[in-house]
Amino acid sequence: MTADQSEGIRMVSAPLSVKPPDTAQSSGATPAPVKIAARNLNFYYGKFHAVKNVNVEIRQNVVTAFIGPSGCGKSTLLRIFNRMYDLYPRQRAEGEVILDGQNILTVKSIRQLRSKVGMVFQKPTPFPMSIHENIAFGIRLYEKLPRSEMDDRVRHALTKAGLWDEVKNKLNQSGLGLSGGQQQRLCIARALAVNPEVLLLDEPCSALDPLSTSKIEELLFELKEACTIVIVTHNMQQAARASDNTAFMLEGTLIEYSETSKLFTTPSDPRTEAYITGRFG
Amino acid sequence: MEHMERHFEHDLEELKQRLLWMGSLAERAVHQSVHALLEADEAVAESVLAEEDAINEMQIEIDERVQRLLALQAPMAVDLRFLLAVSRINGDLERIGDQAVNIAQSAMRIMRHPQVKPYVDLPRMTELAEGMVRDSLNALVRGDQELAQSVMQRDDQVDRLRDQLFRELLTYMMENSAVVFAAFELVLVAKNLERIGDHATNIAEDVIYFVAGRDVRHPALDRR
Repeated sequence: MTADQSEGIRMVSAPLSVKPPDTAQSSGATPAPVKIAARNLNFYYGKFHAVKNVNVEIRQNVVTAFIGPSGCGKSTLLRIFNRMYDLYPRQRAEGEVILDGQNILTVKSIRQLRSKVGMVFQKPTPFPMSIHENIAFGIRLYEKLPRSEMDDRVRHALTKAGLWDEVKNKLNQSGLGLSGGQQQRLCIARALAVNPEVLLLDEPCSALDPLSTSKIEELLFELKEACTIVIVTHNMQQAARASDNTAFMLEGTLIEYSETSKLFTTPSDPRTEAYITGRFG
Repeated sequence: MEHMERHFEHDLEELKQRLLWMGSLAERAVHQSVHALLEADEAVAESVLAEEDAINEMQIEIDERVQRLLALQAPMAVDLRFLLAVSRINGDLERIGDQAVNIAQSAMRIMRHPQVKPYVDLPRMTELAEGMVRDSLNALVRGDQELAQSVMQRDDQVDRLRDQLFRELLTYMMENSAVVFAAFELVLVAKNLERIGDHATNIAEDVIYFVAGRDVRHPALDRR
């Protein structure tokens, strides 16, 4: 039909764009740069071979989740990333873990490494001191600050951890008096206070109720702007909700590592499929 | 570790059985409706109309089951794909039932007129479309990608038969205006059968998504 023939039909003047508006999910195309790269990484508890030849690249400013059954080596891997294993005899790592061009396994200053790579554990571990001191204590290990500047840093850390409004009027009360979810956010604030580049979280929500869990997951979304986040979790829904990339481990081996949305809808390895659908074993 | 039979798997199996039951209702409706047309059997046409409710009730029940399993089980991977596929196939089966009702209604109207022409292509087309529906559901049961592919390929044959019927009926109508009413109804029936083939194709595409995680719906689209 030509334009003349269609006289009776009035066209909508502005043509609709066929491109849908951008969403957060459709915009990101290029992968973020690599922050931590493990190469041929092996780990032994005495004779027990806990991590077997793992090669993995953790991307910067995204949340990477490690999932897998108990004993698969995911927590061990996390503990390698800030040399937590140094505290224990007869534990050793082989291979390389490169963070900003430096091999974590051989760095001299563990203290400096841990200021760069913070860690939060399964059970909240506030120190038996005031809320303010819980945060200031960590900062003092690395810096000597005048009182007012210290107060600013404490407030800033508590704000980033989403706890400030709940505790601003009781900074001098004991951290142990907070609820479980608040205690865990206090621990996250403590880790954030020294401005780490990487934040490791080992089952950070397993002792928390759903509301506190959801607060921490929301927090991860905000924190990844400034930080690279690695989380170990038994809760697959949590990995699915909160992470960008997910790695599945089994018996010390990295089985599959891909975008979270892909891993949970169309995993490529049958073992991943069996695990995430609960048909494992 | 021994594999433990879980309640969820039992629910999934039950859901699949319900969907197949609905599929058999839809298949039967198609078969009966064309039978009513070819044999001018009004009672059979009436029964197709009467049984439509059963298909619609199944659609609601299956939707509710899918919704409940999605909400309560938070399924992943193959289970998630299965539930999404079932949800879409459910809609296609209900539409197949609707097309059968359309054919039955056409049949009842055509019966009041003399037969336009001997029915040759219509039974062939019906057989093809019915076979597509049946095989798409067989592909679901067996998780058979190749069977699903063959269903998708057969859709072109149904389309060609429809075009052929359209042309043929058009010449009948041009030659003799007395047959226009009945011939026009036959055009509609051919269109209904072609749509049934399209729904079977959709089901086959959903089976491939469920089995392999591949979206084969619009091959021309450039996907990552």
